Amino acid sequence: MGSFFHRHGAFTPYLLLAPGILWLAIFFLIPLAFLGYESLQSGLFPDFQFTWELSNFSNGIRDYREQIVRSFVYAGIATIACLVLAYPLVYWIAFRAGPWRNLFLLFIVAPFFVTYLVRTLAWLNILADEGPVVGALRAVHILGPDGRLLATTFAVVSGITYNFFPFMALPLYVSLEQIDPRLLEAAKDLYASSTQAFLRVTLPLSAPGIVAGTLLTFIPAAGDFINAALLGTPGQAMIGNVIQAKFLESLDYPGAASLSFVLMGLILVALLVYARIVGSERLTG
Amino acid sequence: MTSVAAASPRARPGVARRAWAFAKRHALAVYALLAVGYLMLPIAVVILFSFNKPAGRFNYVWEEFTFDNWIDWNAVLGIQNAIVTSIEIGLLATVVATALGTLIAMAIVRHRFVGRGATNLLVFLPMSTPEIVLGASLLTLFLNTTAIFQLGFVTIFIAHVMFIVSFVVVTVKARLIGFDRHLEEAAMDLGANELTTFRKVTLPLIAPAMLAAALLGFALSIDDFVITYFNAGGTQTFPIFVWGIARVAVPPQVNVIASAIFIVAIALALGNVLWQYRSAKRAQGAA
Repeated sequence: MGSFFHRHGAFTPYLLLAPGILWLAIFFLIPLAFLGYESLQSGLFPDFQFTWELSNFSNGIRDYREQIVRSFVYAGIATIACLVLAYPLVYWIAFRAGPWRNLFLLFIVAPFFVTYLVRTLAWLNILADEGPVVGALRAVHILGPDGRLLATTFAVVSGITYNFFPFMALPLYVSLEQIDPRLLEAAKDLYASSTQAFLRVTLPLSAPGIVAGTLLTFIPAAGDFINAALLGTPGQAMIGNVIQAKFLESLDYPGAASLSFVLMGLILVALLVYARIVGSERLTG
Repeated sequence: MTSVAAASPRARPGVARRAWAFAKRHALAVYALLAVGYLMLPIAVVILFSFNKPAGRFNYVWEEFTFDNWIDWNAVLGIQNAIVTSIEIGLLATVVATALGTLIAMAIVRHRFVGRGATNLLVFLPMSTPEIVLGASLLTLFLNTTAIFQLGFVTIFIAHVMFIVSFVVVTVKARLIGFDRHLEEAAMDLGANELTTFRKVTLPLIAPAMLAAALLGFALSIDDFVITYFNAGGTQTFPIFVWGIARVAVPPQVNVIASAIFIVAIALALGNVLWQYRSAKRAQGAA
């Protein structure tokens, strides 16, 4: 075996790659092609025919514009909420937590160790009508006597925010942790106030983390359907709920497949717009 | 900051400013603790309600403390099969994905070859595709090839390997990049062949990264709902079981299983941190 590798060194990388890449090709790339094929079919279950049915796309966008817009609005709000909530926490961990750093990082990833569905259901307990949060908000008249938190947009967006928080916090931490503290000392020596040092040194240097965190949070959030299903009502349905219902309940495979591509296409458009705003070299670098 | 400022007489800060700086510093610490509280709150609720004795079918309101749910953890029909299936699929998918992913990482880091960019892209794409699209596209493959694939255990296993591989590649790649190739050359100079070198030098050095990748892979597998839901057929993993029962009423046994998974995961994470800390110390001592 050793001598084989010596004589055929040029093949070695391909031998190493073959099993894994084949798996990804067969079970990731080919399925995407099947999804494309399915999205252009017409007919009713189980008799679908391939007819280049492009109207699946225009019909899907027309019929579910509300859910599509809602997905991107919810994902956008949740991403911004994650950034605002995570930045000060992660800043403190990176610069002030000292020996407690690893413990606090463990706190950040800990929600991942509780099954996604179960930790989402826990928000049912917390936000329940009989629960302490609703009780307190009613007592101080922020909520009316019949006011609720469950089955509202607030519940769905905060569920998404909570569930994807670590995706924002971890890349942010990596970028902040790499900042050389001497740069901040230098800024202070040059008479920068702490605010100026933060705005001119820390914030720009943490930009790669902000960009990575935004992508890692926004993409899964836009396709999520669990939070809307468990914490919301049909009035909070997102595009993921529509795709899921069409695939697994109404068995409208062409409709579901075309909406999947609409979702991917819109995420790509959102990424391109984002790349224009933040600069494309930051997105890829 | 204060020491630098205090050393220069021109910028001696006033008491008020120092108090403000003090308050600011602690405001951040207070915020950090509040944020951690927010992150821990649902976890605490899950664990707390695993000890609840609900009055009716719904486990939403705290009634009474009991150990019964932990003792009769499998008293709910189907829950034991579901968690056993989850663990089986998790172990199988993790072993296969760790092997495949490590090989890909070795090829990418150590070789220059035609198609390296495309390989990187193929590894990156599944991680940046929404789960619902991954699940839906695999389902269309399986629906169009029913002669080969019937939805169930095998299709869940296939799906899990597919989405775990990329995470393994990323994790192991990071470790391989900092790898000193001279160690392998030294082994070869001392007469070891490639296989022996791999077994005695390469493998022990990348083993921690493989272990970390495997732990991550297992965690991803046992937690996955979306991709599994599309490709499960009639087979129930633990998340699928929870989804099914969430529409009726969630029994406290679900909290018991979730708490148990959480405790094991935390123990493993702490163990991994300690192990890395100790091997770092040993390496320091040897140097």
